Amino acid sequence: MTKKVLESELFIMLLFAGAVLTMPLWLAPIGAGYPDLMQKFAIFGLFAIGYNVLFGLTGYLSFGHAAFLGVGSYAAVWSFKLLSMNVLPAIFFSMIFSGIFAYMIGFVSLRRSGIYFSILTLAFAQMSYNLAYSVLTPITNGETGLQLTLNDPRILDAASSNGGALPSPTLFGLKMSGFEGFYFCAVLLIIGFFIALKISRSPFGLVLKGIKSNQTRMKFTGFNTRPYLITAFVISGMYAGLAGSLMAVTDPLAGAERMQWTASGEVVLMTILGGVGTLVGPVLGAGIIKYFENIFSAFNDRSLHEVLAFLPDGMENIVVTLVRPFVGEGWHLTLGVLFMLVIIFLPGGIMQGIDRIFGKSKKKKAAEAAAATARMGEEQHG
Amino acid sequence: MSKKIITTNDWSRRSVLKAGLGTAAVAGAPMFYMKNAYAAEYLNDPGDASSVKFGFNVPQTGAYADEGADELRAYELAVQHLNGEGDGGMLNTMQPSSLKGNGVLGKKVEFVTGDTQTKSDAARASAKRMIEKDGVTMITGGSSSGVAIAVQGLCQEAGVIFMAGLTHSNDTTGKDKRRNGFRHFFNGYMSGQALGPVLEKAYGKERNAYHLTADYTWGWTQEASIKASTESIGWKTGNTVKTPVGAGDFSQYITPVLNSGADTLILNHYGKDMINSLTQAVQFGLRDKQVNGQDFVIVVPLYSRLMAQGAGENVKGIFGSTNWHWSLPDAGSQAFVKSFGQAYGFPPSQAAHTCYVQALLYADACERAGTFMPCEVVKALEDHKFDGMGNGPTEYRGADHQCFKDVLVVKGKDNPSSQFDVLEVVEVTPRAQVEYEPDNEFFAGGDLGPCNNGAA
Repeated sequence: MTKKVLESELFIMLLFAGAVLTMPLWLAPIGAGYPDLMQKFAIFGLFAIGYNVLFGLTGYLSFGHAAFLGVGSYAAVWSFKLLSMNVLPAIFFSMIFSGIFAYMIGFVSLRRSGIYFSILTLAFAQMSYNLAYSVLTPITNGETGLQLTLNDPRILDAASSNGGALPSPTLFGLKMSGFEGFYFCAVLLIIGFFIALKISRSPFGLVLKGIKSNQTRMKFTGFNTRPYLITAFVISGMYAGLAGSLMAVTDPLAGAERMQWTASGEVVLMTILGGVGTLVGPVLGAGIIKYFENIFSAFNDRSLHEVLAFLPDGMENIVVTLVRPFVGEGWHLTLGVLFMLVIIFLPGGIMQGIDRIFGKSKKKKAAEAAAATARMGEEQHG
Repeated sequence: MSKKIITTNDWSRRSVLKAGLGTAAVAGAPMFYMKNAYAAEYLNDPGDASSVKFGFNVPQTGAYADEGADELRAYELAVQHLNGEGDGGMLNTMQPSSLKGNGVLGKKVEFVTGDTQTKSDAARASAKRMIEKDGVTMITGGSSSGVAIAVQGLCQEAGVIFMAGLTHSNDTTGKDKRRNGFRHFFNGYMSGQALGPVLEKAYGKERNAYHLTADYTWGWTQEASIKASTESIGWKTGNTVKTPVGAGDFSQYITPVLNSGADTLILNHYGKDMINSLTQAVQFGLRDKQVNGQDFVIVVPLYSRLMAQGAGENVKGIFGSTNWHWSLPDAGSQAFVKSFGQAYGFPPSQAAHTCYVQALLYADACERAGTFMPCEVVKALEDHKFDGMGNGPTEYRGADHQCFKDVLVVKGKDNPSSQFDVLEVVEVTPRAQVEYEPDNEFFAGGDLGPCNNGAA
């Protein structure tokens, strides 16, 4: 395989698609090969890819992307309630609404950069969360969350009673739960990845990267950067809306907690953990965080003893006592430690680690990564 | 500059490829998920396996974490008793009982746990893991009605049984009821019916009430129920203010009460929220005030021993209602308190009690049905009458899957003899007084729908 083949879009896409579609096979041995978690991998992968279009390419650190995720979810559930249980209109309206919402927030927030931009987006997202939680209760059903009911109008669906049970979202009759739901999300993830790849390699992507390295210089050369920034912001908002709608597609319920600032912070962590500005990094980061959240949090004393049963008795108890604070309700601790280790030793995220293992010109790479981080740092401080 | 960046990307792409190749190699591993492809009659049929798995989905973090921890203790105790370990607890007092102390249907009971974080999303993710990965036949747990309703809906869609833990909203067995879901705990309407006469006797007919209400399904329905019941004894309702769950600081909501002209504060809060709001209300001097010529009083419609303990001195003399209390003298309660105390060193809370009972009731229903198939278990539980579980004669009504039994009205003890002895039972309200028709206005609008065995 020559270098050219390795870098061709077709090859990258084939490999990515292959890895994503075979997830049920290679995730099974680590206990993650069940549909719900794999759906989460795909959905948050999309969310992080979209987030990376903004943060990775332009360097603008948004702390409010969960708001677009929430808007997408609400739009999708309302589409299920009012129009049809078909997922296509739901996804369409989610992306439209989150796009409009992103344009409005971006229009105001992008007047500033650096920390001021981050704080603005954080404030807007927290405002949206509180609105969804209290004032907009008729639309969002507040804390309880928006759910389907039997007497929703669903004007496009023919009168199918479904035996008195609640209908579930379908793609022209194909149910969107279980493995079908996963493959649907996986296909959208692959399409989303392809679009991100195209953006990153396009002239438009180059402009965004230019903004990241030195916006002032871009402006001096006669570039009006603002339309580019707004476009990037809206694109990444629409990715978030798509992810939000997929959450509703695989599980027709929308809650305000999806918009909370912790959810916004999570996608920042995913992107940084995986590798800012890389294509696959955010997907990896999303996968790792969701894996920790779902698998590590489920360990309790009993399951630890089962796993460590091969150790001698006294030893087993000591190890269990030592490990216990890091699993179960303490999984955040493990994630925190991992995050610190990655940031300290691999500032370029896990992708940098993979580069170090496989990369041939290590020194060059390291220098570049360091420069990239330095730029990031500058931007945040300045 | 730009050229350099392109190079960066080339390299990361290349590493992507290599990473991808690595994963492709792993994909060769023969672990194949199609093992579930053979036909089973219902979802997660344990078949010939020697064990069956239950899922315990409780809040381990957040405002209801104390309750969640106690629920988990009760579940572990229930599993021990079902498997014939320990002293058997309520297995000895339950009537009728088909449980033999050898597991359920001869299969050893195992369990998995999950953290709901008191969030619908997290709770559903955790429940899905239990259903899809761990293969449970039943999920139980709660402590927030919002979460209970969300998980109940999920269990209905997936096709497993949901035995609700602590959930007090009318909606759980009202407008959001489901055929696969069952609730042993009482509800907001019952609290209202039980508290009304006691409040009338203690505080008279001339009262002006101010509600602080947790802003979700439980708070809304409890507020409506208490409002209806207190207005029927002649009280007026002033303001009703919604507060976010887990607010921590309630001072901004309590200050307006002082100048509102209200003489009664009704706290529709639970868990740590109730501890905080009650403590702050007392610290603000509400209870030392005189309004409209009467002492200012506070009512906490849903009480629990854990909360009373958390609020300490502040609960003295405050009325509320509860599903169960460890000081009850009947044989079932005593047996449960004894084995819980031996295992953990302190008495169980009402949350622990309802969860323990739910686990036993499910196991018993499986024994009677002779299968774990959800639809058969539903039939065994509907209109099932039982006794010896701490609440006297109890019935699982088939029309809405709500248990009907006596309700306790309690009061914060003035002279507690120990740190656990903080509540005294004022009245045991008989079942007839709290019973209602399935189409009662507070419960109307829902439909159980058909039962769901799940896709095999």
